[in-house]
Amino acid sequence: MSKALQEPATPHRWPRPTEGTWTQHYPELGTSMMSFEDSVSPEFFELEREAIFKRAWLNVGRVEQVPKTGSYFTKELDVARTSLIVVRDHDGTVKAFHNVCRHRGNKLVWNEFPREETSGTCRQFTCKYHGWRYGLDGSLGFVQQEGEFFDLDKAALGLRPVHCDVWAGFIFVNLDATPRQTLREFLGPMITDLDGYPFDKMTEWYEFKADNQSNWKLFADAFQEYYHVPGLHSQQVPSAVRTPGKGFECAHFQVDGPHRMVSTGGARRWTMPAEFMYPIERATRSGLVGPWESPELGELPKGLNPGRIEPWGIDNFQIFPNIEILIYHGWYLLYRYWPTSHNTHRFEGMLCFQPARTVRERVEHEVASVVFKEFALQDAGMLTGTQTALESAYRTAGMTHFPVNDQEILVRHFHKAVADWVDVYRHDLSGVVAR
Amino acid sequence: MTTTLLPPAFADLERFAHDWCLKTESERYARRLASPMQELIDFYDACFPRIEDALAYCDKFPLEELPEDAIHLLHLMYSLIMVAMAVEIFQQPKPVDSADAELARVSEPWP
Repeated sequence: MSKALQEPATPHRWPRPTEGTWTQHYPELGTSMMSFEDSVSPEFFELEREAIFKRAWLNVGRVEQVPKTGSYFTKELDVARTSLIVVRDHDGTVKAFHNVCRHRGNKLVWNEFPREETSGTCRQFTCKYHGWRYGLDGSLGFVQQEGEFFDLDKAALGLRPVHCDVWAGFIFVNLDATPRQTLREFLGPMITDLDGYPFDKMTEWYEFKADNQSNWKLFADAFQEYYHVPGLHSQQVPSAVRTPGKGFECAHFQVDGPHRMVSTGGARRWTMPAEFMYPIERATRSGLVGPWESPELGELPKGLNPGRIEPWGIDNFQIFPNIEILIYHGWYLLYRYWPTSHNTHRFEGMLCFQPARTVRERVEHEVASVVFKEFALQDAGMLTGTQTALESAYRTAGMTHFPVNDQEILVRHFHKAVADWVDVYRHDLSGVVAR
Repeated sequence: MTTTLLPPAFADLERFAHDWCLKTESERYARRLASPMQELIDFYDACFPRIEDALAYCDKFPLEELPEDAIHLLHLMYSLIMVAMAVEIFQQPKPVDSADAELARVSEPWP
């Protein structure tokens, strides 16, 4: 244990595990310096495609996107080199198919451009190329000039299904031929204890997309530790009340399988003296952490605030591999990180509120959405620097290992979870029995 | 002849309406980045003192039944929120240290 951890310069505000640190509470994580080669290596990225994105359950949307029979959307999964159709079938279930016509392999559903995602409602899917039609259940229903074919087995030529399941309204797919776990087994108790959280009430969405010049894990790293906040986001409070050198201490960390969570605690922003807020926050009663008051939600699930932090601020759940749910008072944020190469990814962000009932409530949501973007842009702005410098460190500067502190335990855990999944894949490939 | 966009009670803000009554966040953000800081400050100094009146005016109507001039006023207030980030927080149009990062809002509620 380092001296700094034994004798903190300032007393810890929040209690820590009996081991003394969050990291040592999970001894399998170790405390040594870490390699971030997994974020700069094209070869490792190719392994991630197979080991993680073609084996893990991936969240591709919410049930609200397919509200009725025939509602569908497409999802481009570059990382798995595939496109999916997600659709609500006649029986009410949500199904997923590879977005490929069984006749000569054209992309089946697209609108203006084949590479762009689309959505809508239909009674069947019709291929633009030769007019083959498929039902909402994927069955092949119509073949143009069927008699011209040779022994055509229509029953065997339905859309190729993808495993699809729903948890708490989040639609997950699994590209594995035989998923190793059910969705609930995969999510595990830390996540499924959020069962009953009223995600379904928060249907007013502000959606964002960005193409970032960084490995997908580096952006996730930026959002799973708050150690960077005083440095990068010094403007989070007005300059008059900034405390130079002041750090940030999280209230609770927890890991479960490949998944992670962190809670923040402390005085709610608006209960502090007025000078801690910007004028626009006071005028709109909303800001950095969202509206000051949100409609009541009733009893909340046991999985929320698992550290029983009081006063509680935010729960930030990171579901392996690429989804993050940040639960605030009465609303939530959803992030997804979709790799497009070893050093680029597509970011999706969504602020989800209970629908505004008045103009003032709508304005509160707008403020939260605008403030979110300002600070997310600072995080994103760092990434090009991190990516290029890391690549340089590995290729030319001889720097391969970097220290990671106790407030960054989730960064350490995330990269270890990725490495573990890749290791299992390698063992499976080599014929050795997986752990 | 110019068209009046705002309710009569907000005639003092009409001079900003044609530039800043913008329907989407993307338009408002682009306008902010393209505006000299002094213009942002002038807009902020004129609009911020009226935000309470503006919200009270719009709040007289159901959210889904706002008259057109009230929608314009609401969009002007959205622009004020957008501009406040530059004036109150960053003292420049672009967020400090955001480098070349972009983040596009691709869907939002109406109005």
